[in-house]
Amino acid sequence: MDPNPKRPKTVDRVDSVEVVNSSESTQLLCSIDPNRKRAKTVDRVDSAESTQFPDEVLERVLSLIDSHKDRSSVSLVCKDWYNAERWSRRHVFIGNCYSVSPEIVAARFPRIRSVTIKGKPRFSDFNLVPEDWGADIYPWLSVFALAYPFLEELRLKRMAVSDESLEFLATKFCNFKALSLLSCDGFSTDGLKAIATHCKNLTELDIQENGIDDLGGHWLSCFPETLTSLEVLNFASLNSEVSFDALEKLVSRCKSLKVLKVNRNISLDQLQKLLSHCPQLMELGTGAFTQELISGPVTEFKNMFSNCRNLITLSGLWDATPLYLPVIYPACARLTFLNLSYATLRSDELANLLSHCKSLRRLWLLDTVGDKGLEAVGSCCPFLEELRVFPAHPFDQQIFLGVTESGFVSVSRGCPRLRYVLYFCRQMTNAAVAAIAKNCPDFTHFRLCIMNPGQPDYLTKEPMDEAFGSIVKTCTKLQRLAISGLLTDRTFEYIGKYSKNLETLSVAFAGSSDLGMEYVLQGCPKLRKLEIRDCPFGNAALLSGLTKYESMRSLWMSACNVSMNACRALAKEKPRLNVEVIRDEDGADDSQAHKVYVYRTVAGPRRDAPPFVLTL
Amino acid sequence: MELINFEATELRLGLPGSTEDHRDVKSTNSPVNSNKRSSPEMDSSVSDENDPSRSPPPTKAQVVGWPPVRSYRKNILQGKKSEPERGSGIYVKVSMDGAPYLRKVDLKVYKSYGELLKGLQAMFKCIIGLYSEREGYKSEYAPTYEDKDGDWMLLGDVPWDMFLPSCKRLRIMKSSEVIELTVSAFFFGRNKTTK
Repeated sequence: MDPNPKRPKTVDRVDSVEVVNSSESTQLLCSIDPNRKRAKTVDRVDSAESTQFPDEVLERVLSLIDSHKDRSSVSLVCKDWYNAERWSRRHVFIGNCYSVSPEIVAARFPRIRSVTIKGKPRFSDFNLVPEDWGADIYPWLSVFALAYPFLEELRLKRMAVSDESLEFLATKFCNFKALSLLSCDGFSTDGLKAIATHCKNLTELDIQENGIDDLGGHWLSCFPETLTSLEVLNFASLNSEVSFDALEKLVSRCKSLKVLKVNRNISLDQLQKLLSHCPQLMELGTGAFTQELISGPVTEFKNMFSNCRNLITLSGLWDATPLYLPVIYPACARLTFLNLSYATLRSDELANLLSHCKSLRRLWLLDTVGDKGLEAVGSCCPFLEELRVFPAHPFDQQIFLGVTESGFVSVSRGCPRLRYVLYFCRQMTNAAVAAIAKNCPDFTHFRLCIMNPGQPDYLTKEPMDEAFGSIVKTCTKLQRLAISGLLTDRTFEYIGKYSKNLETLSVAFAGSSDLGMEYVLQGCPKLRKLEIRDCPFGNAALLSGLTKYESMRSLWMSACNVSMNACRALAKEKPRLNVEVIRDEDGADDSQAHKVYVYRTVAGPRRDAPPFVLTL
Repeated sequence: MELINFEATELRLGLPGSTEDHRDVKSTNSPVNSNKRSSPEMDSSVSDENDPSRSPPPTKAQVVGWPPVRSYRKNILQGKKSEPERGSGIYVKVSMDGAPYLRKVDLKVYKSYGELLKGLQAMFKCIIGLYSEREGYKSEYAPTYEDKDGDWMLLGDVPWDMFLPSCKRLRIMKSSEVIELTVSAFFFGRNKTTK
């Protein structure tokens, strides 16, 4: 089949109905009468009155545009630009797999080489979405096998992926190069075997945090000896041991390898051998960073990183102890991203390490480092832009360790360039967050999780409204916000009033009345994703967003106060939205909608919905 | 409700007389559950009257999906190195006779029947005892579960690891009812309890 389908000179059938986003309203581009527009395209070269670029030139220019948002804007200019854009697009990003169908995508974009798809609502990561909800990749692959047989890249997030799908992918797409699976589920290492065996041109295999059935490490041995193209290999989240011999040979012959993230079973001396074969590595995820039987002195590892001059990202470091951590010091000065979220470091260990890391931009930690560790972050990393602090014991309420508001404040004092923060803690105060906002006015992503639901300012006992108020007032670039603690409607009033750039909002155990949600829906002009759980928002709140939802990607509401009738009313008013209710198995109260998922779509109601998903 | 020391009825291997004090099982007093808003995963129309488990609020392990830590990270932290990483926990519904609403527990959090019962007791503020052939029921409540075949079984007969995948839901029954069920099952064959 022709890898480059030529754009026919006769009319292109523009069959798809496009619902596009604009900040003021949604617009519809309908199917056009082909014959009406024909004259322009066919007689381009001869037409004296035409002031348009020839299609080919326009396409060439547009092919330089990468951002899918920009491309969306381009496609709205006029029919010719719409056509030029669709023919020049190589990568399509689908933020919600049910907002469009594979057939519509294939009809609109004939020359796609790379696809990114996101499936389940984000709260499925926290077990709020039942298994078998959907987001199966297979229907997409079967359409792509016909429309894009030369597909090269597939990146999936929260999709259901079976071994059959992986095998289909491996065998039906002869030019397939890059596979990335994040937070997906439904497959096993057998599926990976198929990929390793059949994809002769594989450059990327990136398997992260999936619900995978790990049946053993044999998949890695399935890479043929002729495969030398690998640039990215990430199997850090797989448990089973792989054959080290196969891995070593693979790494040795793939001279372009840039990213290597191994799993916990790879020992320190094995890692040293691997590194000797790929000094060009840019990103490394280590295995266990300790030795059970100390076979030789630590000094034998001290040169492990001395040849890795391109290393800018380091992760893994499982079980890292003070004895072995210094092995990475030679590489630290160049590191821009250090992921220590699986290393249970104490504050002094972290401080020693960070004193070598002056170029750090991104840092992920476990809260075992404590406030003292965060003080070290503040003093050592002035260029820090992103900080994520994960809880080591999120479910253990007897633990009083971890980090507090004071650690966060210390970081904000030393790192004024902070833009992205994810912070899990057990106590916070309004004053602390106000200080943090003042120190770091450039926040684009602010995700604060006070782990006890509905906890007030622990000093003043007041709600945490003023904390988030200070964030939204000061940080005008804020795009993503996750709130927690005891919060009244006032928080939402602040958010609605001040967050002009907010796109994603996550709310849990917050608010006092419908007003809260209404404030957000009436303000926040750029809101795209709203996810709410366990809040007292009811029907009035849900329906207040009637005119807003089509300009958003999706709304999730669970354990709130919404009735089935209100959902039906919404569905009736807005046929271009899918209003889905996930039924509780119990069916105890059929009049209440326990989990509601609303999203805009051009594909109509789901045809693959399981019995517990009601499309209204 | 009688508060009977359930250790006497606990099925375990060990010398009689070796006990731990299980009385001080704590649950956190998270301030969310004031009268203002409904508790997580609970119907807000619930009435309080004869339900002793209403106040203190749910222990954190039982609030589904909170704190928002991804299953992968959760499993790593709990040191589940050797288990297949399915990601999600085993959530089953728990009903207790007399309670107006159900709860949910993640069975993966527990390593034994003892731990499970401790968690259930903290949740429902009651004492549950395992059935002992010799002594019968020493406490007022008995834990039962519905297995994959739809049969209602008494907790504790099979090893914990065998129980885990076969348990579909839990029901804490009044001991007196259990005896009735056993008797009727004996006379009338397999008995599927209705909700």
